[in-house]
Amino acid sequence: MELIIQHLVNALQWGSFYALIALGYTLVYGVLALINFAHGDIFMVGAYIAFFVSTMLLGAAGFGLSSFQALVLTIPLTMILTSCVGVTLERIAYRPLRRKGAHRLYVVITALMCGLVLENGNLALLGASRRTLPEMLDKVVYNIGGIAVTNLKIGVIFTALLVFVVLQHIVTRTRMGMAMRAVSWDKFALPLMGVALDRVIVFTFMMGSGIAGLGGVLFAMSYPVLDPYMGVMVGWKAFIAAVVGGIGDIRGAFVGGFLLAFVEIMVTAFLPSTFRDLFAFAILLLILWQRPTGLFGVSQTTKI
Amino acid sequence: MHTAVQRYTLNILLALVCLGLVLAAYWDLLDSYVLTVLMFMGINIIFAASLNLVNGYMGEFSCGHGGFMCVGAYVGSVLSVICFSSNKILGAALLPSTLAPWIFPLILLASGFSAALFGLLVALPSFRTRGDYLAIITIAANYIIISLVENIDIIGGPRGLSGMKRTMNAMRDVADIPWMLIWVMIGTLVSLTLLRRLVSSTYGKGIRAICQNEVAAEIMGVNTDRVKIVAFMLSSALAGVAGALYAHVFGYVNAQAFNILKSTEGMVMVYLGGMGSLSGSVIAAMVFTLLVEGLRFGIPALDSLLHAAHVLPADVVLSQIWKWVFIPLLLILLMQFRPEGIMGNRELWDLFPRLKRWIRFR
Amino acid sequence: MALLAVHNLTQRFGGLQALTDFNISIADREFVGLIGPNGAGKTTVFNLVSGFYEPTEGSITFDGVPTRGLKPHSVTALGIARTFQNIRLWNNMSVLDNIRLARHHWLGYSLWDALLRTRRFGDAEAGVDKTSWEMLELMELEAYAGEFPKNLPYGLQRRVELARALSVKPRLLLLDEPAAGLNSADVDGLIRVVDWIYSEFGISIWMIEHQMKVVMALCERIVVLNFGRIIAEGSPGQIQADPGVIGAYLGDGML
Repeated sequence: MELIIQHLVNALQWGSFYALIALGYTLVYGVLALINFAHGDIFMVGAYIAFFVSTMLLGAAGFGLSSFQALVLTIPLTMILTSCVGVTLERIAYRPLRRKGAHRLYVVITALMCGLVLENGNLALLGASRRTLPEMLDKVVYNIGGIAVTNLKIGVIFTALLVFVVLQHIVTRTRMGMAMRAVSWDKFALPLMGVALDRVIVFTFMMGSGIAGLGGVLFAMSYPVLDPYMGVMVGWKAFIAAVVGGIGDIRGAFVGGFLLAFVEIMVTAFLPSTFRDLFAFAILLLILWQRPTGLFGVSQTTKI
Repeated sequence: MHTAVQRYTLNILLALVCLGLVLAAYWDLLDSYVLTVLMFMGINIIFAASLNLVNGYMGEFSCGHGGFMCVGAYVGSVLSVICFSSNKILGAALLPSTLAPWIFPLILLASGFSAALFGLLVALPSFRTRGDYLAIITIAANYIIISLVENIDIIGGPRGLSGMKRTMNAMRDVADIPWMLIWVMIGTLVSLTLLRRLVSSTYGKGIRAICQNEVAAEIMGVNTDRVKIVAFMLSSALAGVAGALYAHVFGYVNAQAFNILKSTEGMVMVYLGGMGSLSGSVIAAMVFTLLVEGLRFGIPALDSLLHAAHVLPADVVLSQIWKWVFIPLLLILLMQFRPEGIMGNRELWDLFPRLKRWIRFR
Repeated sequence: MALLAVHNLTQRFGGLQALTDFNISIADREFVGLIGPNGAGKTTVFNLVSGFYEPTEGSITFDGVPTRGLKPHSVTALGIARTFQNIRLWNNMSVLDNIRLARHHWLGYSLWDALLRTRRFGDAEAGVDKTSWEMLELMELEAYAGEFPKNLPYGLQRRVELARALSVKPRLLLLDEPAAGLNSADVDGLIRVVDWIYSEFGISIWMIEHQMKVVMALCERIVVLNFGRIIAEGSPGQIQADPGVIGAYLGDGML
């Protein structure tokens, strides 16, 4: 029983990472119907930015910050810088194609290519030596009824929940959020209503990439050894999680992320770990089979 | 002279080129690297053209084509090892090596057939869902297939499988000709012919009807479910054949060679060439293969050039990793200039109508 | 025996009752109109008859064959063709290919014939080619055979869609607002073409239409639908005089 709860806590932590990345997919998809396949790599870039920011803050440059102060500064800085990367991609790669009226899938392929550029460019520029994020949080292990939980794990899970609440608020209560929902509803009517389409799109990319950056910081704190390809697998899986939840829906991204993590952790708990992908994906396939548009997705009906 | 001969001019020319290559390989005029690149080009053509049937003509978004190549590669390899090589686990060679040239095409067919069966994994969900949800199903199918292969220890699991060289040696013992080059050429030409025949028939145009308006297709009497099954199964069958050829060209297979990156390569070739253009896929596959192989030499050349011009500091070396930065960058640029791919949805003979006078391709 | 017999047809979408106890029987070589205000459930009736929806309750029988559970393409194979309110042509295929594809169900060759280019394939394709050209000539479309429908004017697109539906060789043709979006000259042309089709092909036609001019000129019998229920049925003269119909169109306040 305790073992199961322990697994559950781990699943919640992994689910938080998946959910934070899945959000970026879902936000962009909700607005542009674009699968931003570079998103997993933006997450990776976020982790690297966190590495550079934190080593600079703590390093010989001599800001003389305590590790906690560094952490408090690293998180917002990483989020801002990562969202700059995301918005840059949008501006130089996706927007021109959209303007030319290219087929949707060409933008998707461009996104895939951008991801390759990011991960291989990183490897080419920084070399193959692995970087390690400096420790910024003193590890505290709480023991609750035989279950060991670190303060980091609790932090990760709570941050994910906080992001969820804030995002729900933004999307349902603010002007920008309403504009975002309006774009997904009718892209052509929006400019007629006096909303600048491009501003909404930039805002969406900013939020999505910022959250991925946050995910990157938290991930790097939990698993400090960085790798240029760390975003690939996590990214694909988070995308799948977003779709299983119902892509375009914020709740879906969260539920999908936690569900995927739960399935993965449970499979590895009872079966050899090599079966993880096999079972996780098979279960997701079954879910999609039963609910072809995901858990929260609205089925589109063709009107004739 | 508008005779039959004239109408087959390009066909004859192509046959002569193929024959020339085979002879050149036979007389050892081609070095083995060039030969491998040529074979790899053929395999990429099959891979891209078969994916184009689903992603281009039918307008679906299949992201897991590499999975079907994996099935074909492994089925082909296992059959080949069972038949012609002695292996600790799979037992002694089942057949005398003199039969190899006759059995090998059957092995290719079997690989295609089993890949087609796995194609059902994607075809059946496509009845109920399409677009991005189907894309996920294909990605998941890709992962599932690879994970499945890696969990079957008898075929090597994550270590991969080798022993196919035996089959090639067996063929060489029968007659010393460049067998694999010939098989790849035959495979490529047959695949392209089959695809062309399907999409140019009224039956196969049902595939394009699904892409352009599925509701109208169904209501005008096109059995859309059956057409989808045909398209998905033929597409994955050809990918399977490409996989079996790949396994035999390299003599070794590993499931990770067919992961989502392989599928991405396929998509790149399809969209670079143009959705719904076979000649586009062929051109894109050739360009892509040459690009990948050309940069192998291009990067050291660029490196020495930059060092000579003192642009790069002396201690920095432009490594091969830059290849995978340049290629995607180049593709991004290409897409900006030609947002519908090299050919759009036209064929070569649509752009140059006079070509029709010289070629017979149906 | 009636060609099409619809019995107690009811359709619910979630909580919405789109159609209630709809009954109709259409004889061979009959021209029936289906009218009613927007949202009355007219297109729902056509979607049910063509097999696009499965009815919640009730039955549809075509030429003695119950169509419940059949996929739309099988219903079409029985002999029901239709056109769409918003034209649904295959826009990136030539007009000729659009017409040919309507013979998809009757090609008479298999995948293997197509791949191996057997004699059966050649004969069948030649046959389809011949009938398709005949259809183009009949509908005076042969000049546009190579054009993409998206490049044609709206009126011609309507005519291509009609030709495509006729290529199915239907016994019952469902026309969903064929005059929508046409100017008055085109409407006159449409009336002539539909009338000519009706007599030339000897088929039954069931038409949804808003323009009374078209309905009155063509229909022998008219069914009026409002809020998913039949409120009147009869000859054009009877319908024009029916106070219930006038009320449905103009609102009860006018009475």
